[in-house]
Amino acid sequence: MKVLITENLRIDLERERWECRACSGDLIGARDNYKRGLLVYNRDPREIHKPLLDPQKYAITYAPNPDWCRILEYYCPHCGTMIETEYLPPGHPPVHDIELDIDALRLQWQGREEVREPTMLREPPRPHVHGPGVAHLEPIRGLPGARP
Amino acid sequence: MNDMSVAAEQQALLDQFLVQNKLFFAPDPEIMENHRIEARSAVEEQLLSQPVDPHKVNEVRGLIIAALDESNTMIEQMGAAPGAKWGDMTTAIFTAAGDLSMIAPHGVGGFAAAVFYPIKFINKYWAHEPTVGVRDGDGFIHNDARYGGIHNTDQSMMMPVFWKGRLVCWLSATIHEGENGSCEPGGMPAAAESKFDEGLKMPPFRIVENFELKRDLVTFLQNSVRDPKLQLEDMKVRLHSVLRLRQRIIKVLEEHGEEALIITLRKHIEDVVVEVRRRIRELPDGTMRTISFADSTLRENVLLKLNMAITVKGERMIVDMRGTSPELLNRSINAAQASFKTMLFTGYMQNIWPDLPFTMAVFTPFEFIFDNNSLINGSFETPQAMSLIPLFKTMTIACIPMAKFNFSLPQRYTAIVAPQYDQPATLIYGGLTQHGEYVGNFCADINGMGQGGRGHRDGEHSVSPPFAAHCDLGEIELMEEDLPMVRLGAFTLARDRVGFGKMRSGLGYEQIHTFRRSGLWGFMTGCSGSLFSSAMPLFGGYASPTYPLCKIKGINIFDELKNNPEKFKFDVIELMNTQPFENAQYSTHNMGMTFELAQPGELYMMCQGAGGGYGDVLQREPAQVMQDIEEDLISPDTARDIYKVVFDERSRIVDVDATQQLRDDERRARMARGVPFDEFVKTWTTPEPPASLPFMGAWSDPSTVYGIQAGTRVTMPGSALQSQFMLNPKDVLIATLQAENEALKARLGASAG
Ligand SMILES: [Zn+2]
Repeated sequence: MKVLITENLRIDLERERWECRACSGDLIGARDNYKRGLLVYNRDPREIHKPLLDPQKYAITYAPNPDWCRILEYYCPHCGTMIETEYLPPGHPPVHDIELDIDALRLQWQGREEVREPTMLREPPRPHVHGPGVAHLEPIRGLPGARP
Repeated sequence: MNDMSVAAEQQALLDQFLVQNKLFFAPDPEIMENHRIEARSAVEEQLLSQPVDPHKVNEVRGLIIAALDESNTMIEQMGAAPGAKWGDMTTAIFTAAGDLSMIAPHGVGGFAAAVFYPIKFINKYWAHEPTVGVRDGDGFIHNDARYGGIHNTDQSMMMPVFWKGRLVCWLSATIHEGENGSCEPGGMPAAAESKFDEGLKMPPFRIVENFELKRDLVTFLQNSVRDPKLQLEDMKVRLHSVLRLRQRIIKVLEEHGEEALIITLRKHIEDVVVEVRRRIRELPDGTMRTISFADSTLRENVLLKLNMAITVKGERMIVDMRGTSPELLNRSINAAQASFKTMLFTGYMQNIWPDLPFTMAVFTPFEFIFDNNSLINGSFETPQAMSLIPLFKTMTIACIPMAKFNFSLPQRYTAIVAPQYDQPATLIYGGLTQHGEYVGNFCADINGMGQGGRGHRDGEHSVSPPFAAHCDLGEIELMEEDLPMVRLGAFTLARDRVGFGKMRSGLGYEQIHTFRRSGLWGFMTGCSGSLFSSAMPLFGGYASPTYPLCKIKGINIFDELKNNPEKFKFDVIELMNTQPFENAQYSTHNMGMTFELAQPGELYMMCQGAGGGYGDVLQREPAQVMQDIEEDLISPDTARDIYKVVFDERSRIVDVDATQQLRDDERRARMARGVPFDEFVKTWTTPEPPASLPFMGAWSDPSTVYGIQAGTRVTMPGSALQSQFMLNPKDVLIATLQAENEALKARLGASAG
């Protein structure tokens, strides 16, 4: 049984391991911080959010200030997928963003069927136009707890 | 007589004395720190312990919702405040105890989700106060966020509904009025250094008797603001929309009886609590953490941290905000705990559970942990006029931890979405209009921030404010009729200012503002995010860029348009980079600008913001990247450098193999430059913030918090935060210039000697 945790990560419950969803590569123990199973790169934010105004003319240019803001890019060591990004001031400890109770997770999934691909939202019906410019929206019915 | 105990009779006398001689009815922490619904009243208990007919509840609920919709539409049609024309208002109905039950279907729910606090204050203090009381025909006004609210621009009318001599429910109408007599026009003064600079500070008080406004009190309020016409008009609008709502509720009482109304209002919120507990239970147990930074106090650049840890354990959800920046005693960007909870709730309703009924009962299962005197748990003394700086972040911050809780679920309540742009990127104005009237308010562009990328598709452009899905951008032509402002550029999406990702964010548009036909006009902006990206990404995407405020001064653009129209370009970046007007001054600034007077024809230019991107840029379909170029959302350079797509620039035909190769190369390059985490942290992490960085909040351990006390870095335990006092930025500048002056003099003296 595997449990999807993010767009790029899942947990193999039997082996208690984090895995990359892009390449199925093994990362680290599920009770550990998944970031410890990844590679990190300290990116100058101006390489991504480029100065659109001429830096010769202006101090503020639409690019973050590299003395205030850095981008930590986390890569899968097996396939190079960018699993996570983190915007931090220089030297700020990376955040331990996901800390799951693995025993509780096992119990929770005992009664559930495995989900291999993330459930994506089905788009609500779009307005279809009858005649010039008159839109009719189909109401969405039958959702539990839907606003009346 | 060593016996210090008092007899019960004496104690009762003492208690009575204390109640009757209360010095000041300040905001009551018992009310302000309790976001939960009350226990059932005796009547509710009696009615709800019997079998309830769900069809009857549904019928009555339908009647109430229709009535709320009608009264909200009345405000929209009649309201004078700019905000009312764009949907920044709502009407709502509350239980007799003051719990929010329902809002108007298109209303801004945050308003109603804050108004239950002053209603509870009225119930607790004024109902039994002999000089006040609560009677049929009364109406109460309120705007001070310290008694419940988001900020003091929002004014509410609250009216009790009596039936057969008994209070059965409360009604309210709220509008973002803007102008409120604060030290800067428009009601959101960045320059406020104490709460006494904030203008009107109304705790709830009675302004309506026998269903009519009391003209003496109305005059007092008009006399306290820059726009007495606006103040009067909208007090009337709120009163009459609430009266219409009351009329409809009386009809429900006549037709269905008070039992049906009481049952419906209470059942509606109890059902929500049950459903939210179920939703929490189905999440995985654990703790998800995130942080977010505002880079400005609106007076100086400071890095202010919001620190969030959400823990799910069974059906408990615990929101821990310890380690957040301390409050600033002389800056206006503090927020009260109640305002924070209201806006966090609004964010849950916009991004996480939008299908739930809009009632604060959603948060009844939630627990909160704050440091006292933090930026988002500010004390009564702090100015809070620009609380939007942390509160706009509050509305989107939970997107990230909640996405990590929700991703595993077998079903969705809405899309997984990266944070929307989380700052109020709009221009605030004030002065004398072409019609000779003094005004002060803000522009509707605040209602169009770019959405974050979503799990199943890109974010929407300029779609809404982060606090409500259905606010409007207003009509620029209408604004130009009322105000001397002219919009030379609007609705052009800001190319390349995107949260890149597998699913990109929505974009914001550029705004080029100027004015004419006024001898006294000025602008202000109150927004952070010029140095540090504001809207954070999700699952390996990139954030929004940073945004400057751009000015072109020393010209009159109307003369230029008349004499050299070909020089003007409807593009902020082109104007700033090519500098087409001789003798003009071109400058960029951070987005926190206190009010300044301008000359006619000078240009003030800014952007709405983009949301955060979702997922790895290398996973974006090359065809979608080409579509982005076609729609002028990104430049060809961005397609090549960020998305690594190889294509023919003229035909936009993708070279599939070459793109695959380029992307494979980039993945290999990532693996080559990336360092294993443990090794990376050894060289990256520092024990404290860089000395040059004005940092506020916890660094590694949330129980140790950094601050800046009168220009000097301090640390303090999170359990005993000190209010920080900031130096006057002008004093800081003068000191810097003096030092430079001394150094130059010394150098001159040395060379002369
Ligand atoms: Zn991988």
